[in-house]
Amino acid sequence: MAGSGNNKDIKKGRWSAGVTPYAEMGYYRPDYEPPPSDILCAFRLVPQEGIEPIEASAAVAGESSTATWTVVWTDRLTAYEMYQGKCYRVDAVPGTDQYIAYIAYNIDLFEEGSIANLTSSIIGNVFGFKALKSLRLEDMRIPPHYTKTFQGPPHGVVMEREYLNKYGRPLLGATVKPKLGLSARNYGRVVYEALRGGLDFTKDDENINSQPFMRWRDRFLFSMEGVSRAMAESGEIKGHYMNVTAATMEDMYERAEFAKEIGSVIIMIDLTIGYTAIQSISKWARANGLILHLHRAGHGTYTRQKTHGISFRVISKWMRLAGVDHIHAGTVVGKLEGDPNAIRGFYKTLLADKLQPDAKLGLYFEQDWASMPGVMPVASGGIHAGQVHQLLHYLGEDVVLQFGGGTIGHPDGIAEGAAANRVAVEAMIQARNEGRDYLEEGPDILAKAARWSPSLRKALEIWKDITFNFESTDVPDAVPTPISV
Amino acid sequence: MRITQGTFSYLPDLTDDQIKAQIEYCLKNDWAVSVEHTDDPHPRNVYWDMWALPMFDLKDPSAIMLEVNACRKTFPHRYIKVNGYDRRYGRQTTGISFIVNRPAEEPGFRLDRQDAADRQIRYTLHPYATEKPAGQRYGESNGEPK
Repeated sequence: MAGSGNNKDIKKGRWSAGVTPYAEMGYYRPDYEPPPSDILCAFRLVPQEGIEPIEASAAVAGESSTATWTVVWTDRLTAYEMYQGKCYRVDAVPGTDQYIAYIAYNIDLFEEGSIANLTSSIIGNVFGFKALKSLRLEDMRIPPHYTKTFQGPPHGVVMEREYLNKYGRPLLGATVKPKLGLSARNYGRVVYEALRGGLDFTKDDENINSQPFMRWRDRFLFSMEGVSRAMAESGEIKGHYMNVTAATMEDMYERAEFAKEIGSVIIMIDLTIGYTAIQSISKWARANGLILHLHRAGHGTYTRQKTHGISFRVISKWMRLAGVDHIHAGTVVGKLEGDPNAIRGFYKTLLADKLQPDAKLGLYFEQDWASMPGVMPVASGGIHAGQVHQLLHYLGEDVVLQFGGGTIGHPDGIAEGAAANRVAVEAMIQARNEGRDYLEEGPDILAKAARWSPSLRKALEIWKDITFNFESTDVPDAVPTPISV
Repeated sequence: MRITQGTFSYLPDLTDDQIKAQIEYCLKNDWAVSVEHTDDPHPRNVYWDMWALPMFDLKDPSAIMLEVNACRKTFPHRYIKVNGYDRRYGRQTTGISFIVNRPAEEPGFRLDRQDAADRQIRYTLHPYATEKPAGQRYGESNGEPK
């Protein structure tokens, strides 16, 4: 590590030229008590062989704040104690070679209201640091002092429900399938059928932008025809997430403006557009009154592995600050990665106003959102009507349940598939409200509803045995109280 | 057609016992129950007429059912919904809202398309019922108070 190759017998002064261990330069401060305005981070790190965990942790604090690899005299022109990241605690994770390093950052290190600046500091440099085998940002405490420099979701859960006039149950959606290849006219047919059958939303997939087989403007026009027809047939407000993801902000604004002009209630973006683009379109969505849906395209590359990358609970916090109304946050029972406790932690992070640390849910810190509106989590990927009792149990009612294949794959047609999902959800909410043990009795409740709903009956028959039982890679540590180093 | 606004429109019409069970759920959550009615079911008609004020202080589900039924008796041909309002900090919004009465005939909506430039179409939902003035929208015996 820094200084580890040096002659350890000679005690070097703090300001002598050359390389000094980070821990001795003030980046390890076990006595430090972070004030309420500090931004706190929990990093999971695995040091290289022979590197002391405390020195490794101090190096993370240093490299994510003021330090460089050698002593610089120009530090002394500053109130450097304030600007230094301070590692104040290091815990060993029992039974592993991992450590959790807790690091505090003074709020002055970060530009107000900028996710780009926040993340350039916290994850800008350290993840490639040679002295570490791996590094993962597990959680952050964002203090109200910093939270209040963001406006958060353009609408939030409460406003979205009041705008859509839909209460007391999960919202229902479906991603149009096949993801690629449909012409705009055929695409709009799927939108129309799914919405008239009973869904609240349909959705462009993350990779549907503007390809040769279907350009965005044509898709928007045909989709809006489908949305409007379905509204007339149901008397409900409905929407299609029009994906405005594009190569430049100018293109995105053009598509978003068009979606607004033709009367869409919602637009969509992909996480791949980047944090600054997300904040820009969020501002646009607030100014123009459109709900903003975020697909977390690409997140699995850095959120899934337990020892390296960024936990999705951190991405959830950044996106609540950056300001989206919807975010995909896991299904528990579907085809994509997701431990039930970890996902409950994400959902709480997106929805609750105040959180307490909870090792079981993977929450390392308290978090006070200071009244920032909640983000509606979206559950999508390999879920179907037969799992509604489990989905309601794990995810609650403030969620968009998206049954793509589970709507469009219905043997009697898309509208029947949509109706099956809506019946299943309403029957389960009714049973829950009546005080029944719906998780236990779920299959019975669905079977009973299937007696009068042929569309639900068919759905249950065809998907009854479909489950995705694979072990999760990203699970909170089994031992809630790790041992201090 | 059947207007499918509300929490339970895809279920068969709720029986009185089922409505009462949902009211009990509201009371268990400390939600105030209210009853509202309308003869304009446009989905963006937010302000249905209130059947008196929300029943903040009424905690007896049977007494609330009496109000539901009184409203249904007075306005048998209108849409009537029961709402549970969650006043908790951070929510301060409706927790549940479901239709408990609807006209025998639901004429539904006409979709008006106005052709604009560049292939754009302006869509407008037009409830057939609102072609007539309030009070005459769902047949003669619509139960409007005289």
